[in-house]
Amino acid sequence: MAPNAHDRDDRPAEEADLSARLQRLGEKLDRHRESITPGDASAPRSGPRFAGFARGFRLSSELVAGVIVGAVIGWSLDHWLGISPWGMIIFLLVGFAAGVVNVMRAAGVVPDPGAKDRDA
Amino acid sequence: MADPIHQFEIVNLFPLGKIGSTEIQFTNSALFMVVAVAVTGLLMLGTTSGRQLVPGRLQAMAEVTYEFVADMIRSTAGEEGMRFFPLVFSLFCFILFANVIGIVPYTFTVTSHIVVTASLALLVFFTVIVYGLYSHGLGFFRLFVPHGIPGYILPFVVLIEIVSFLSRPISHSVRLFANMLAGHITLKVFAGFVAGLGGALGLVGWVGGTLPLIMVIALTALELLVAFLQAYVFTLLACIYLSDALHPGH
Repeated sequence: MAPNAHDRDDRPAEEADLSARLQRLGEKLDRHRESITPGDASAPRSGPRFAGFARGFRLSSELVAGVIVGAVIGWSLDHWLGISPWGMIIFLLVGFAAGVVNVMRAAGVVPDPGAKDRDA
Repeated sequence: MADPIHQFEIVNLFPLGKIGSTEIQFTNSALFMVVAVAVTGLLMLGTTSGRQLVPGRLQAMAEVTYEFVADMIRSTAGEEGMRFFPLVFSLFCFILFANVIGIVPYTFTVTSHIVVTASLALLVFFTVIVYGLYSHGLGFFRLFVPHGIPGYILPFVVLIEIVSFLSRPISHSVRLFANMLAGHITLKVFAGFVAGLGGALGLVGWVGGTLPLIMVIALTALELLVAFLQAYVFTLLACIYLSDALHPGH
């Protein structure tokens, strides 16, 4: 009888202990996350030379992608609506503008549309 | 000299069946996709089944990978971004292992085909659209309307934003594909020089052949870096795009 009663008394204490430990762990994790500077994870772990290589490649592909999408949209509009060459002319220019916006965004000159939310 | 493009050839290994009149073949590309998935699965399952408080080498590797991807998501998409963790983590592991396995001679680099990278990029693209529409409804389209823009140029800006949004999967997929393709071609061309010089010029050739050989060694190291870097860049961009689905601007 005695060990049983002892058990019943122990259980809530054990649970309280466990939740206290969980809370302590959570606090520790939070502190750990705070101690890591945000810039740490966003920079590739490599020399500046190769990071620059990757960055350059990213910027050029952003520009080209914008122009390609503009050209495809323009060409399709010309094809479907028979307004050649106006769709191509307008959307190639819009695509180029979009490509430049992409590049500026990738380079961090202009913030992303969602950036404000993230900082707040 | 060896043909540097030959390594990207798709070979049918065995037929799996037919859909309509199209034959479905198990190709070398499919084989190496399965290998990449199997290696990832074995690493993750094998290291987490018998886990210990003090991690061994492999377990540490799995934990570092988890931490790396989790930090990447938290820093770009915030804490809510963690709901995309399974997708992002799978993307990162698949691309990383596909890239790294591709460096081993006689293997096939899955990510050097634009079909594969475009499928992955479109997966992210449609996840953003579907999840954005699901969680924000029509408010998702605020993504295309930046604030603080005067009314008279707003239609033009929205048009540019839409084209910019549509161009994402292209730049996303082309970057990974072109990097892997170019890297492997360069590697093959320089390796071809070694064999070509050694075979044609005798002793002088053997001595001269050491120069491209050194180049090949350096390039292999570079390729290893590019393999990791491109997997990182692809996943990082996926995170940034997914964060747009979570918080499309006001």
